[in-house]
Amino acid sequence: MVAFDEMLPAEAGLRRPYEAYDGWLKNQDPARLTEKMRDAERVFRKTGITFAVYGEQEASERLIPFDIVPRIISGNEWRRLTQGIEQRVQALNAFLDDIYHRQEILRAGRVPRELIATNEAFLPEMIGVRPPAGVYTHIIGVDIVRIAENEFYVLEDNARTPSGVSYMLENRETMLQLFPELFQRIKVHPVENYPQLLRQSLAAVKPNGVNGAPTIAVLTPGSFNSAYFEHAFLADQMGVQLVEGQDLRVVDGHVAMRTTEGYKQIDVLYRRVDDAYLDPLTFKPDSALGVPGIMDVYRAGNITIANAPGTGIADDKAIYSYMPEIIEFYTGRKPILGNIPTWRCSEANSLKYVQEHLAELVVKEVHGSGGYGMLVGPAATRKEREEFSKKLAARPSNYIAQPTLSLSTCPILTEKGLAPRHVDLRPFVLVSDRIRIVPGGLTRVALKEGSLVVNSSQGGGTKDTWVLDD
Amino acid sequence: MRLKVSHRTEYSYDEPIRYGLQRLRLWPASGPAQTMLTWALHIEGAREEVRFLDQFGNDTRLLSIDGDPHTISVVAEGEIETNDTAGVSGPHRGFAPLWLFEHQTPLTAPGTAIRDLAASVGDGGDLQRLHGLMALIQQRIAYVTGTTDSRTTAEEALVKGTGVCQDHSHVFAASARLLGFPARYVSGYLMMNDRVDQVATHAWAEAYVSDLGWVGFDAANGMSPDERYVRVAVGRDYREAMPIAGILIGHAQERLAVHITVEQ
Repeated sequence: MVAFDEMLPAEAGLRRPYEAYDGWLKNQDPARLTEKMRDAERVFRKTGITFAVYGEQEASERLIPFDIVPRIISGNEWRRLTQGIEQRVQALNAFLDDIYHRQEILRAGRVPRELIATNEAFLPEMIGVRPPAGVYTHIIGVDIVRIAENEFYVLEDNARTPSGVSYMLENRETMLQLFPELFQRIKVHPVENYPQLLRQSLAAVKPNGVNGAPTIAVLTPGSFNSAYFEHAFLADQMGVQLVEGQDLRVVDGHVAMRTTEGYKQIDVLYRRVDDAYLDPLTFKPDSALGVPGIMDVYRAGNITIANAPGTGIADDKAIYSYMPEIIEFYTGRKPILGNIPTWRCSEANSLKYVQEHLAELVVKEVHGSGGYGMLVGPAATRKEREEFSKKLAARPSNYIAQPTLSLSTCPILTEKGLAPRHVDLRPFVLVSDRIRIVPGGLTRVALKEGSLVVNSSQGGGTKDTWVLDD
Repeated sequence: MRLKVSHRTEYSYDEPIRYGLQRLRLWPASGPAQTMLTWALHIEGAREEVRFLDQFGNDTRLLSIDGDPHTISVVAEGEIETNDTAGVSGPHRGFAPLWLFEHQTPLTAPGTAIRDLAASVGDGGDLQRLHGLMALIQQRIAYVTGTTDSRTTAEEALVKGTGVCQDHSHVFAASARLLGFPARYVSGYLMMNDRVDQVATHAWAEAYVSDLGWVGFDAANGMSPDERYVRVAVGRDYREAMPIAGILIGHAQERLAVHITVEQ
């Protein structure tokens, strides 16, 4: 199976979006480029971007490798992508509003009730809550893969607390530092204003009854969290406080943070703490990361929590397989972006098929993320497949399976020159009174030749993503 | 029947409390079996932060510690007009879907004892089976205080064979769910005929029966609620309907005193 290369497809020759870049690249001295690669690493070390990797005994902080060849998307391609993403994001929010209210989609039989009823991501505490402007997912990272010139698929909707946006910003910053002349020659849409857009977007969904500019804060689980850098970075870039649960209390009917001048009311909380840890009075009683009583303040309408609790029900991998139905149900239109065919192992026929075709499929945990606990059939050894098969048989409803897609490739710079590697794309979507999508996103790249796993926890790297202003 | 209720809860601490929260579900609503005539909350040592309706429609209030008190007291009192509806509390209302009540919670998760109990309920109509279940539970769990606590699960209480109304209600809800009925936990008050001072708040369970709606079963007393019952809050189990739930920051030792009167 030959993958579609986004720069130099096998038959068609150099693709248009890459023409200007290719023209520049041809005139570069390879030695200088190699030097730039080392410079890039220095820039990253200086800014302090590290990424904690779970499940490794040794040093758990390391750099995510960065490749200096940009991933380039034409203006036309981007417009089509954004239409598809907007449609999907609207449907996701309509779905969440429905699931926590009348549940029309269940009554209509379009999504099986059991899928919601037995799902840990469904939070009964959210029943009847309608957040400001009806927005549940203020920030979504939609993972998109491409398999041909005009074939894009959504791989996942990250609707809980998607991370990675700081890499998008740092990647661009690094490229601007390394190759200022490139951005003179080629018109690339900026992504640098993401923190300002995030701030505007959060401010636009302040609680009813807050007059004037709302106070925004970022809630982090703390410095041991793998994405702590990003939490601190975003708070800093937005010019808002970074807080931990222990800094917060319920004061005068609001959640308030301790400051040198006493407690100050918070109106919008961008939280990077998972639902289960958010409020020990409501969820896990032993959580020290959250804010006791925040759910009460939330239900009383005195704070906006972004993303809303309980949004995980919309990005669950078992729900994912129903996204085409969900989009049609709420938007009345066919999905613009494709969904990858998915076998739900909870269904006996599907389980049988998956067990018989493990060598061809990718099998994922329904509630998993970050590439942990998944099997890539074609890349796995017989022994790995046999072991996985046992896990699958023991808890079938914990898994879904998808065909192994031939993700598109994009060249990276190696010691031997350019070489194609598989990539995906995570654009970041901001939802408030309107939907804003920063032109670009995080391109993740599997650095190992032939590998299809792009997750940074599994050895993936990143690239700057250009959307051309053409 | 016009019932006059007074429910006083007092927490005392061996050192001042600097921060803490109490969540109250102590505000009864009017419904098919009762009309709230007057009701008030008197709070000392804490203040109301917010009030809201929770996912089951319970009027809920969040209090925070006010100042550095050694004691917090909450008095809920008022008058409720009740009527005997033979235990029927009406159709299902609100956004919480009926199916939510078909599912067990950690406190009602059945083990073999509950499964056996549910399996031993005889055939018959819905009401007949539920009454049969209630009678079985009353036989199997003797009302003995101090043998279980708020974290005791339905399965544990049934195996132990002793408990209080909370345990009877959990076992009923767990078993009714196994039998296919949506079931919920109700917290409230019961006027015992022979006394004004009641031992504690009361709890019973409700099962949803097609055509009738929610029907109450008080397995601790082996009867369906009548006009001596006042309902205050509902949930899938005790944790979701509990009258007062709190969280304290610090190491203070807490002592709890509850005094309840229900009279005509």
